[in-house]
Amino acid sequence: MSKHQLDYLDELEAEAIYILREVAGQFERPALLFSGGKDSITLVRLAEKAFRPGKFPFPLVHIDTGHNFIETIEYRDNMVKRLGEKLIVGNVQDSIDQGKVVEQKGKNASRNALQTVTLLDTIAEHKFDACIGGARRDEEKARAKERIFSVRDEFGQWDPKRQRPELWNIYNGKIHKGENVRVFPISNWTELDVWNYIRREKMELPSIYFAHERDCITRGGQLMAASPFLNMDEEDVIERRNVRFRTVGDMTCTAAVESYAYEIDDIIDEISASKISERGARMDDKVSEAAMEDRKKGGYF
Amino acid sequence: MEILKFITAGSVDDGKSTLIGRLLYDSESILLDQLEALHSSNRKNDDGTIDLAILTDGLKAEREQGITIDVAYKYFQTEKRKFIIADTPGHTQYTRNMVTGASNANLAIILIDARKGVIEQTIRHSFLVSLLGLPKVVVCVNKMDMVDFSEEVYNDIVKNYQALAVKVGLKNVVFIPVSALKGDNIVNKSTNINWYHGKSLLDYLETVEINIDDTIAHARFPVQWVVRPQTDELHDYRGYAGRISSGSFRVNDKVTVLPSGFSSTVSKIEVFDKEPEEAFAGMSVTVHLKDNIDISRGDILVNTDYQPQLSQVIEADLCWMDTRALDTSHTYFIQHNSKVTRCRIQEVLHKVNINTLEKEYDEDFKLNDIGRIIIKTADPLAFDPYQVNKANGGAIIIDSRTNVTVGALMLRAVAD
Repeated sequence: MSKHQLDYLDELEAEAIYILREVAGQFERPALLFSGGKDSITLVRLAEKAFRPGKFPFPLVHIDTGHNFIETIEYRDNMVKRLGEKLIVGNVQDSIDQGKVVEQKGKNASRNALQTVTLLDTIAEHKFDACIGGARRDEEKARAKERIFSVRDEFGQWDPKRQRPELWNIYNGKIHKGENVRVFPISNWTELDVWNYIRREKMELPSIYFAHERDCITRGGQLMAASPFLNMDEEDVIERRNVRFRTVGDMTCTAAVESYAYEIDDIIDEISASKISERGARMDDKVSEAAMEDRKKGGYF
Repeated sequence: MEILKFITAGSVDDGKSTLIGRLLYDSESILLDQLEALHSSNRKNDDGTIDLAILTDGLKAEREQGITIDVAYKYFQTEKRKFIIADTPGHTQYTRNMVTGASNANLAIILIDARKGVIEQTIRHSFLVSLLGLPKVVVCVNKMDMVDFSEEVYNDIVKNYQALAVKVGLKNVVFIPVSALKGDNIVNKSTNINWYHGKSLLDYLETVEINIDDTIAHARFPVQWVVRPQTDELHDYRGYAGRISSGSFRVNDKVTVLPSGFSSTVSKIEVFDKEPEEAFAGMSVTVHLKDNIDISRGDILVNTDYQPQLSQVIEADLCWMDTRALDTSHTYFIQHNSKVTRCRIQEVLHKVNINTLEKEYDEDFKLNDIGRIIIKTADPLAFDPYQVNKANGGAIIIDSRTNVTVGALMLRAVAD
């Protein structure tokens, strides 16, 4: 390898930092959407690299369904304290209380779909013109087609047929009033890249990413954490299982995998050998083959 | 490990999606749940085998029409390299997507149907690959199984293509006879094509030298953001943040800021918590200068001894990407690196018929048209000719009415 050729992790990192700085340079009121998941934790690390010793030119925004893993919320609060950056929380519970959304009923009830409304309200309230997110193109077929700067209309909608051409590394962030841009700095990273980066940077993660014992039930062939947020009936049998989570979302729709990966090296080994893609462990994508495309059009992240 | 970014260009029926599907499938880059979806899909080939094209076409609208409507990015990795594929559609109306995909690639795979040979679309794709300055081109002559793996058919196509390559200015083209449907010469060497002694496609992609033109070109550093903490202990801290677009910078290098023309010396280069002596193309860094001069986003730091062109009137190649035709009386925005300024297309010199490569002289510049123009900008641009330094020679045009990106510019030279 020549001395002037970047290794892939350095190249991905440099690209993401470049994108974050473009957001800072092009927008008046950007925000970083923080979910507590490893992808948004990676974004925070990249933001440190892009802007330190200065402050972040944007707050962190968390859309809290109220059904999060406790470990995620603890992690979030500790992180914000360490960084000394501003955190804004949008509560799905508030949207429910205001009658803007109605809690789902039945066994598979989840607040996951409700957070779109809370997100759009939070964007409107704070007049955010750009929201940075940790989505990656390798996650899902609809995401594979999304731009790095992805313009949403005033209803938060994504129109796959009317995307702006994105040439070289020149990102066009010009928008009309009411529109906003979703920005995806780690679009070109794969799940494995993120894990390798976390290991290289020695980043801390919420503990649920690592193997632990937990009460679980099995639904639709998938392991779900037993919690007060999950509507359970007599058919649901609680079992103690050794599990970890590959994504960190709402407790009602994030499935666990049986795992004995206690350290990050174990996880990387597990993923390298894995035969199930990451979103395969998200029940919300399973509804139909076109599920993600439909949700994106409706303003989901 | 390095990353190779490539595009695949072929017409609707050349089996492009099948080729990508085959690369992913045979290199075992498909995960179990994706494979399950593939097997459970009711789309099959005529002989009942699974249709690998399903792996690349993502959107509902496409599945309904059986075509690819946009650039889709796919990722896979072997032991030797990481790959990013920009899958771009082949039909006429989507030239803009191919230009988009090509702008971010270091290599192009051009597909030719062995039964059809070099056709109009091959000319179009090859012209675009040349215009966008892709350093490496590999031509896959596909569907060899449909022509009985005939060496003669293949050689004819190679000969015809070489003539085309000369005409559009492509050098060092590599040819591979393949069957994406059957898997010949995609990942594994074909036993059906024993007269071919070169590499399989994947073997080629894993070993081809990745272009390092950007790092040997002259030093260019567009400033994206000025880091000024303004805290008590960092009162005098002033760092210029950006990504080196070409060449390299060292501490003590003499640099000039354009367009202002002020010069200074690099005092420090920061990469987060490290302070390297040298940084090169592709790296995101923070640069400090010895002198306190006024620099902001949109300015570019360059090596004082090797300065780019600086002009407000520039000759360029233009690809138009909007349904609303170019209006030479309208004021647009131009974005070049981190610089945005107003501009007008002063003159259309000619258009190119990309199917015949003939010049045309009508003034109308519509969606997917390509040609040469003269642009006038409100502020001067510090640019290099695109064919010499891609990283500092590309720009986009934005319609100030819609904010949409409507044109891609490959800057050529200062116009008199």
